[in-house]
Amino acid sequence: MVLIAAYRREFVSPTNLYIVSRQVAFTAIVSLGVFFVILTSGIDLSIGSVVGLSGVLCGIAMAAGVPAWLAVGVGLLTGAVIGAINGGIVAYVGVTSFIVTLGMLSMARGAVLVLTHGDSIRAIPDSFIRVGLADIAGVPVPVVVLAVIAAAAHVVLTYTVFGRRVYAVGGNEEATELSGINVRRVKFFTYVISSTLSSVTGILFIARFRSAQANAGLGMELDAIAATVIGGTSLMGGQGSVLGVLIGATIMGVIRNGLVLMDVSAYLQELIIGAIIVLAATLDVVRSRRRAR
Amino acid sequence: MSEWLLEMRNISKNFPGVRALTDVTFAVRPGEIVSLLGENGAGKSTLMKILTGVHADYDGTILLDDREVRFRNTHEAFACGISIVFQEFNLCRNLSAMENLFLGNEVTAGYGFLSRRQMRHRTIAAFRSLHTEVDPDALVVDLGVAQQQMIEIAKALAHHTRILILDEPTSALTAREIQGLFAILRDLKAGGISIVFITHKLNEVLAISDRVVCLKDGELSGEIETLAATEDRLVAMMVRRALDRLYARRRGRPSDEVVFEARGISGPPMIRDVSFKLRKGEIVGLAGLIGAGRTELALLLMGAQRKTSGAVFLDGREVTINHPADAVRHGLGYASEDRKQLGLVLPMTVRENTTLSVHRRILNRLGLISAAKENEITDRHVAQLRIKISGREQVTRNLSGGNQQKVVLAKWLAIRPHVLILDEPTRGIDVGAKAEVHKIIADLADEGVAVLLISSELTEILHMSDRILVMHEGRLTADVPREQASEQILMKAAVS
Repeated sequence: MVLIAAYRREFVSPTNLYIVSRQVAFTAIVSLGVFFVILTSGIDLSIGSVVGLSGVLCGIAMAAGVPAWLAVGVGLLTGAVIGAINGGIVAYVGVTSFIVTLGMLSMARGAVLVLTHGDSIRAIPDSFIRVGLADIAGVPVPVVVLAVIAAAAHVVLTYTVFGRRVYAVGGNEEATELSGINVRRVKFFTYVISSTLSSVTGILFIARFRSAQANAGLGMELDAIAATVIGGTSLMGGQGSVLGVLIGATIMGVIRNGLVLMDVSAYLQELIIGAIIVLAATLDVVRSRRRAR
Repeated sequence: MSEWLLEMRNISKNFPGVRALTDVTFAVRPGEIVSLLGENGAGKSTLMKILTGVHADYDGTILLDDREVRFRNTHEAFACGISIVFQEFNLCRNLSAMENLFLGNEVTAGYGFLSRRQMRHRTIAAFRSLHTEVDPDALVVDLGVAQQQMIEIAKALAHHTRILILDEPTSALTAREIQGLFAILRDLKAGGISIVFITHKLNEVLAISDRVVCLKDGELSGEIETLAATEDRLVAMMVRRALDRLYARRRGRPSDEVVFEARGISGPPMIRDVSFKLRKGEIVGLAGLIGAGRTELALLLMGAQRKTSGAVFLDGREVTINHPADAVRHGLGYASEDRKQLGLVLPMTVRENTTLSVHRRILNRLGLISAAKENEITDRHVAQLRIKISGREQVTRNLSGGNQQKVVLAKWLAIRPHVLILDEPTRGIDVGAKAEVHKIIADLADEGVAVLLISSELTEILHMSDRILVMHEGRLTADVPREQASEQILMKAAVS
């Protein structure tokens, strides 16, 4: 971060920090969702497409004249339903989460394209956009939403039975099951949480872009999962914290922003981000090997 | 040249919290069968793991052909002609006998292409030299235990083995298969191969070996030429410790009140029509060979596996148990033999593991986890079981085997069980911890808990139980009161 600041003074300008913080919030909300799934040693690759589909359905509802609060409900419900489908197939049928959510990634994005023909939905009420772009005491709305979600996630994971069980399932699924815990139900709800939080970002994106875009959230699973792992979450499950995820998302956001400021080409950016993800996952394995000793 | 092919001198080995071996000396002549005798946890496996390079970190010296060697990994030991066949086979079950035989040493016809014809010829020849019939193309998953063992032995022999170590090779074999194995071992010996035979069965020691070396609590406790040995002398070498110190005395007697009854339990993979009763405060031993279905029965009773038929009664009332959660709710607990896989959540702390089955009891009025309640439950059981930890926040991965076992017990005591199934509760823990676990079991029974004690150690079963059940191939084959039980009676029921 210091390096970027030294290279480009714009980085520390109030405007840029404002933009970065908002950008980080979008990713971090999605990261916190997939964080629950990763804690149980699963994965949710469909999150980026869920961002797109829930945004589009919310946008369609608003364009059709549905009141904004109800349209937001439609968006959240979209996330919850997709999460329930993912979770149902993974937890109760027993299909690997990787393949189920990979298929859902394609299905949800396909649904977006069918609904929009690749176009965006621009008939969004101004009132909604105004709220989405507003500040609360100088803090952008997405950052406030993130703060609320992060606090809630921390409480759930640290002080509730559900949270304890999420960690237990990731630490040792068989032992947890034999201890009398309904492992399937725990897993099911982690997918619902993951998708629902993705839909929150999907809805916030509408205000950010002043329209519901067909390619919203495209490739976002990459950033979200990377942020989670960079923040110290073990892909093998059972290890990680909300604070770590927030730090990971910040690091990812700052790197992305820094690359833009340094005029790194979009193509090269992809290459660098990919390398960071592989590096973070490698560090995860090295770390857990050291723990096992 | 000395008379020894192999000498292990003054070997010592420590694990965190456990001294596994102390100053053990062990030697093998060329073309000799040596039995390595000792109870579970005596240090036999550790000694052999040092010899085969599994544990590279030890004190002492190893001489092979009078030259000092120090194996850093299994490959180095293997290259020097030392092979081991473990009790748990290292076979890829999805591959054929032939493919397993050549795994890692595939014969190629150049450019990485397999030469199946050559491998098939050599496979058939290898099995013929062992006087066994195994179809080279049969998948391991479809073969019996004895045939799988032959693949392991053939695998070892295919690579110029000079010392063949067999770890409890007879534990899952029938009497006839054991005779077949012994004939093969004598053949190999005549061919100049030295064999180390790890076991705790005395009759086999006397039948097959030239010499017996006995370990006890990680120390050498005796060495004798088999011609001079009798069962009594071997027992004396094995059991140096007074038994009443290892096995706790019971204060009370079990009552006549039946608290648990299983009626006609059948289910996968091979449990058939098992019925038995447990009384309040009674310890019932469940004996049998490895693979007899004891663990599988426990998993059916806990609801971890679906029963195909049968019913469970608690305090005379039929209860439905379709998931371990049902079992826990009814006060039925199961401490698995596999602490690391099925007992503990290793990355979690002692506190989190202890309260894993009682989440409903650690909530405050807001429905959130109450640290105070959690600590109280944890501290109570840590004190009760005298678990040696630096604190309740210690991660269970870092505990010794004995203390891990106690944390598993703490978790089940926390549910205030009426019935507790303990599966090999003293496997792989040191003798001191073993005596403590026995004391805990006896105390539990005295407090009225009905205990089903699964154990492969007959001495443990005979000393701890009020009554003993024996299983064989998924069925109960005996139900004897302690007074009438003997090792011979139990063994007979376990193999027929």
